Amino acid sequence: MKLTGSEIVAEVLLEQEVDTVFGYPGGTILNIYDTLYSYQGKIRHILASHEQHAAHAADGYARATGKTGVVFATSGPGATNLVTGIATAFMDSIPMVAITCNVPDSLVGRDAFQEICITGVTMPITKHNYFVNKIEDLADALRNAFRIAQSGRKGPVLVDITKDVTAATIEYEKQTPLAVTEMPKADMADIEKVAELINKAHRPIVYFGGGVAASCASKQLAELLQKADMPGTYTMMAAGVLSYDDKKNLGLIGMHGSVASNKAVDKADLVLALGTRFSDRVALNMKKFAKDATIVQIDIDKSEINKNVLVDLSVVSDVKDALTKLIPLVEKVERTEWIDKLREWKKVRGDKKEGNAKLHPYEIVTSVCDLTDKETIYVTDVGQHQMWAAQYLKHTNTRCFLTSGGLGTMGFGYGAAIGAQIGCPQKRVIHFTGDGSFHMNLAEACTAISNNLPIITVIMNNRVLGMVYQWQTTFYGKRYSSTTPERKTDFVKVIEGFGGKGYRATNPEEFEAAFKEALKSEGPVWIDCVISREERVLPMIPNGGTVNDIIVG
Amino acid sequence: MTKRREVISIFVDNQANVLSRVVSLFGRRGFNIDSLTVSATNNPEISRITIVFTGTEQALNQIITQTEKLEVVKEIFTLEKENSVYRELLLVKIRANKMNRTALREVVDIFRGKIIDLSKESVVVEMTGAPEKIDGFMNMVSCYEIIEMCRTGITGIKRGLATPECCQEEHEIDSGDLFD
Repeated sequence: MKLTGSEIVAEVLLEQEVDTVFGYPGGTILNIYDTLYSYQGKIRHILASHEQHAAHAADGYARATGKTGVVFATSGPGATNLVTGIATAFMDSIPMVAITCNVPDSLVGRDAFQEICITGVTMPITKHNYFVNKIEDLADALRNAFRIAQSGRKGPVLVDITKDVTAATIEYEKQTPLAVTEMPKADMADIEKVAELINKAHRPIVYFGGGVAASCASKQLAELLQKADMPGTYTMMAAGVLSYDDKKNLGLIGMHGSVASNKAVDKADLVLALGTRFSDRVALNMKKFAKDATIVQIDIDKSEINKNVLVDLSVVSDVKDALTKLIPLVEKVERTEWIDKLREWKKVRGDKKEGNAKLHPYEIVTSVCDLTDKETIYVTDVGQHQMWAAQYLKHTNTRCFLTSGGLGTMGFGYGAAIGAQIGCPQKRVIHFTGDGSFHMNLAEACTAISNNLPIITVIMNNRVLGMVYQWQTTFYGKRYSSTTPERKTDFVKVIEGFGGKGYRATNPEEFEAAFKEALKSEGPVWIDCVISREERVLPMIPNGGTVNDIIVG
Repeated sequence: MTKRREVISIFVDNQANVLSRVVSLFGRRGFNIDSLTVSATNNPEISRITIVFTGTEQALNQIITQTEKLEVVKEIFTLEKENSVYRELLLVKIRANKMNRTALREVVDIFRGKIIDLSKESVVVEMTGAPEKIDGFMNMVSCYEIIEMCRTGITGIKRGLATPECCQEEHEIDSGDLFD
């Protein structure tokens, strides 16, 4: 069957069982969009208002569903607008395929209108990328892009296609998707050593990250913690992997992690790091992190071993495979003394009501939790609200807390919420944002409206750029350089202008009433929550500090 | 932590942009390259990059594991001094007239170099060898006026029959236009 390059793009998407793509059309990608017109009913295209958010939507779709997110953009500015979205996915190991088009091959290298070398631009933020200027290479490049995105440590891949290739024709034969590259499996001798260390330890702790979510190893993790009677602490990327009410769950670790988690790691004699990379937001002081502990790391990516923190033993493996082999070798024990100590530390919490406002972040988050079910997907932007959501939400399921962990992308939230809602229409999607983050991406409301997505956006509005404002308060002598923008935005009117519903809440009762109303709506709703600018994200360990430097109040 | 110098062999797909993928990875991870050579191998689909790098053991492991992750990289390993041979090519232009030319020629001969160009006021010397030998030669001719010089950086290969897997198949090499 002879097909055009554009048709091959559509056919390969169908081969890969892709039924939804996010994107924005433009000159060089016109042929593909024209082809999409003929594929209506098979491939659904969600038009964003900006390519960055189309990329965040593909990312949110992937985080919520586990499938590969797909995004389209035209050449030049269309392609460069994807960069932040691709980088966000790269830092959090999210499978994504970005398909961009470029100027015709005859114009490549001549600084043609809307020409950019997007493969060069995205080289450091993709697992791999392809520049396709020959029709013969197109199908394979696309197929490999999907294979690479889902293989090993997942991540984004970009395929840039010249416009002439999208019009050229070639014989096409349908193929089954390429198998993902085999995951590294745990070496039994190494696993025996890990088991021995756990069995010998008096104060062990598991510190786990996004790799456990990616490997679907929640069940095995809970089983290990139960059997070896050891606590677990998690990074933001692993929120929900272990249910919040699991007795072994110590809460979030790191800069804004729980006192119990940070103390436990500091005092532990064994730290088992699972699918996590000792980021500088966790190992704030890499030299003093878990200073008294033997550190064991299990990760699928060999290059994560000894990258940030030097470990005593490492296993390069898919986490699920490693845990499945490890659990039978671990002795069933009770570590009463250690667990009692942790229980004591767990009492020190940061859920305080602070500031002079009538509505506090803690109340907002807990109220949302009380009014939504366990399947709800919570999406955040970046800043104080993100940390409050990470700290106070009752995470119960993997893939239910979507946040930009590695890159810390303000403006990530609304696009990602749209992607999650498109991917999981049967679930509720709640988007937490701050007025700072939301000003970066609120134009995406038009996408939510056009697609009638019932996303509820909870805006923690303190009228300052809260996280930076907090740092300036604590570390910069209250010199509030550019963090008090004095914006007059009326969020209720803005969403009404877009065609959605808006509410304002100044106290817990108003918030609860607004949220209940929002739950009844079939389209997007924004709730503007008036909170004090003096609210703090606590606890906090300053950059480079240890648990001894923790600020709790 | 003590630093050491290592020679690393990287086998990559022989395609456009591959070198920049490898080099940009080094750059963005903050690794400094001492020298780099690259050329096709007996398998025309595979190129070989030889990188010399000075760093701690941790940095060296990071270089290898990070580079290994690149889709275009087929094999990567260090060429240990004990079981590898390293060679480097030097071209150096030295000011020399008929008064001192003979003396210079003697040094070149001792180092088994070759004079490949001669003018009334200069010679161009070609020399291949282990980097230490080239350092030694440069030291010997430092009393002359060096007009310009270039070194290729190390290229290296393992001793014995051990061959990288990606180069094992038999391939015909296009002899191309050979030039002297």
